[in-house]
Amino acid sequence: MEHRPLKPDADTREHLVVIGNGMAGCRAVEELLARDPSRYRVTIFGAEPRVNYNRIMLSPVLAGEKCFDDIVINGAAWYSDNGIALVAGDPVAAIDRAARTVTTRSGLSETYDRLLIATGSDPFIIPVPGKDLPGVIAFRDMDDVDTMLAAADAGGDAVVIGGGLLGLEAAHGLSLRGMKVTVIHLMPTLMERQLDEAAGWLLKNALEARGQTILTGADTAEIVGDAKVEGVKLKEGTLIPASLVVMAVGIRPSVALARDAGLAVGRGIQVDDHMVTSDPAVLAVGECVEHDGQVYGLVAPLWDMCRSLADGLVEAPTGYRGSVTSTKLKVSGIDVFSAGDFSGGDGCEDIVLRDASRGVYKRVIVKDDRIVGAVLYGDTADGNWYFDLLKRQEDVSDLRDLLIFGQAFAAGGGAADPKAAVAALSDDAEICGCNGVAKGQVVSCIAKGAHSLDAVRGTCKASASCGSCTGLVENLLALTLGDDVQSGPKTMCKCTSFGHDDVRREIVAQGMRSIPEVMQKLHWTTPDGCSSCRPALNYYLLCALPGDYVDDQQSRFVNERLHANIQKDGTYSVVPRMWGGLTNPTELRAIADVVEKYNAPMVKVTGGQRLDIFGIRKEDLPAVWADLNAVGMVSGHAYGKALRTVKTCVGSEWCRFGTQDSTGLGVKLERMSWGSWMPHKFKIAVSGCPRNCAEATIKDFGIVCVDSGYELHVGGNGGIHVRATDLLCKVATEQEAMDYCAAFIQLYREEARYLERTAPWIERAGIEHIKARIVDDAMGREALRARFLFSQSFSQDDPWAQRAEGAEAEHHAPMARFIPQGEIA
Amino acid sequence: MTTAEWLDIGWVDQIPVRGSRTVQVEGGDDIAVFRTAEGKVFALLDRCPHKHGRLSQGIVHGGAVACPLHNWRISLSTGEALGEDKGCTPTVPAKIDGGRVLICRAGTLKAAA
Repeated sequence: MEHRPLKPDADTREHLVVIGNGMAGCRAVEELLARDPSRYRVTIFGAEPRVNYNRIMLSPVLAGEKCFDDIVINGAAWYSDNGIALVAGDPVAAIDRAARTVTTRSGLSETYDRLLIATGSDPFIIPVPGKDLPGVIAFRDMDDVDTMLAAADAGGDAVVIGGGLLGLEAAHGLSLRGMKVTVIHLMPTLMERQLDEAAGWLLKNALEARGQTILTGADTAEIVGDAKVEGVKLKEGTLIPASLVVMAVGIRPSVALARDAGLAVGRGIQVDDHMVTSDPAVLAVGECVEHDGQVYGLVAPLWDMCRSLADGLVEAPTGYRGSVTSTKLKVSGIDVFSAGDFSGGDGCEDIVLRDASRGVYKRVIVKDDRIVGAVLYGDTADGNWYFDLLKRQEDVSDLRDLLIFGQAFAAGGGAADPKAAVAALSDDAEICGCNGVAKGQVVSCIAKGAHSLDAVRGTCKASASCGSCTGLVENLLALTLGDDVQSGPKTMCKCTSFGHDDVRREIVAQGMRSIPEVMQKLHWTTPDGCSSCRPALNYYLLCALPGDYVDDQQSRFVNERLHANIQKDGTYSVVPRMWGGLTNPTELRAIADVVEKYNAPMVKVTGGQRLDIFGIRKEDLPAVWADLNAVGMVSGHAYGKALRTVKTCVGSEWCRFGTQDSTGLGVKLERMSWGSWMPHKFKIAVSGCPRNCAEATIKDFGIVCVDSGYELHVGGNGGIHVRATDLLCKVATEQEAMDYCAAFIQLYREEARYLERTAPWIERAGIEHIKARIVDDAMGREALRARFLFSQSFSQDDPWAQRAEGAEAEHHAPMARFIPQGEIA
Repeated sequence: MTTAEWLDIGWVDQIPVRGSRTVQVEGGDDIAVFRTAEGKVFALLDRCPHKHGRLSQGIVHGGAVACPLHNWRISLSTGEALGEDKGCTPTVPAKIDGGRVLICRAGTLKAAA
């Protein structure tokens, strides 16, 4: 590229040499010229053979929305008009600080009085085999864009490694240009540094709907191909074909020049508040620097830095104090915004608004009455307002209740009281968008006697669908009735305004498939729920989607995660299944061996006719299970919201009073029902005669055998509130007893609330309802039974066997051992 | 990398998201290392201030963990019991550097002692 002579004669001004013709380097020069246009003679070295352009706009160029000329910031005239010498396409190769010279790759040398390093950052290339194959590129400069455009012309498959902003923009551009794009992202959610889990999930869904394939939690093993790239292989073995691979996994400050020159370098080139490096003659600015331990990869901090730098260069130092950053982006036409710290934590309150029908998620994080972070998805109009409040550390306590609705609503008309805001609405203002209910209709329905949220939902349907207008309806109730409002149905937990039944109904009605999806569509007020709602949602989804839903282990209580019962000292107890309470010498010997081998301090006969081995360490559980599996024993699920035990008496085979084979029936029932997950624990017993030695009338499902058949009892409980069973019906054959049991279990699984035993469920639902479903409705009973058996076809894998073979070993082993005198092992 | 100040205990993806792993300290109590949905890591003594439940076995939600024994919620960043409950578990400074999880050596020794 043509450039002016480097040192015009008779120019005795101090010479400022800038390494880097990018956004930071040129902006710093602009700031300097604005303060004192004649102070320095300026020479800029750029590695690319181009003038100063806006790197952020490479994505629109790739997407075909802009061309290179559109994204030029400073064209050739800017350099000549300001007397700046530009050396483009010849990168600086070395700095000699003693001689105060820089030398380019072609050998051109230049002396400086002040040197400004603005080398930006380098794309990080993951060190996998095949990374140097032709067709593997980064997404950093105009050359990369040209390569991508050429590849897109040929069509075919592209893989983008990295689901951050840059990667998703590359994927979007390539997709628009007709390539079939797969995004591989190591982390569980997209853009995890800018978006929280909920927003990341929404983004993934939206991109998939646009035809991209998004693989999260996917780790690249190698890039395959002979002379050029042919595909990407993942660690789990999948091979994805690709004629182009874009690596966008991150950037690293470009510090090689500075390090070679002996400047202080940490993660970036270390600078003080005036952007001066460890050498007073050398300054640095932009993505290549580290200030106060921070490095920045966004444009706003860079502008702050350039201002401080220019102030320092004209001896009016102000000092850079670091930047609070925000990101407002459009990814594939989807608006996302994040600012500040959205990781939550102590004293932080989350205010969450979800509007499923519009695809909107907003979360503002408040601490000590001040906004500390915000994540917006789908509607980012108020991003700048939140960011402004955040930066100014404004006290938002007066706006608190309306904050999430945005500036127009919260700041408008001084209506800081949400009730006043609702009162000010006209009668035809829409309250419930889902059901098209206006304010006047809600008020009149309240006036006609709907004095609770539930009653309003039941009559005019306002807030009965997505629930996002619940707050408005509650305010209308309060306005209309004052203190006469009746409290609504008990909600599932503090994260939602819905009760258990509403959530279950909507999961089925809307075909929801994951916990984040439920939280989004039902407007959860917390980002990832709590220890009450997560296990419940996990169960409801598991029950609704047998064989299909992927169990979320992190939403399970410890006992179900470790398949053993935690004890108060942190050890576990282990109960192997003894079918119908039967055992044999081999099993007893195996249990005895386990007790001795693992020094179990206690073995106890349980009330459910099994043996409980106490004091097993978490680390030893898989080995214990392997030993028990070796003689055919499987998990007793004594730890689960699941079928526990089937207690039996010896029945007609031995007992002189026995009327039927109660032991044999107990074994059959246990073989049918074991392994199923339920709302709560579930106990069965079979007594061989009305003397009822197996205590069947305090079990969830109890059978009392009589001469003429089998009495089926339900809803018993021997716990805090002892409850005898209700008689469901009497049947004649063993097969009928089994069928009714299966149908009853499924009805319980589908209708009871999570953590509700059969006893309170039946008291709530009424035994008549249970009889109507199980006894009177033969087709319904058969359908329930069929659903139960279908579900069971997926749940009868012994979880112990999987773990004994090494599955999920991370649950049992410590991550590391630390020996204070030695090292980490 | 393990230094005089930091102990390198492994890769961050060895800890399940919204989950926890432990570090055994010879001669002392375990340290529980948590990874939140936001991808942050925190380290605490693996002992609830209430009845010494293993916090590493609790359900992680937001910036807190629910103790598996009696459902006390413990803040991951301060170790304080949240809500009505009172009590505090010692915390250990922790961070992620280049994908590796580092916990403070001095803090570990102090908490585990």
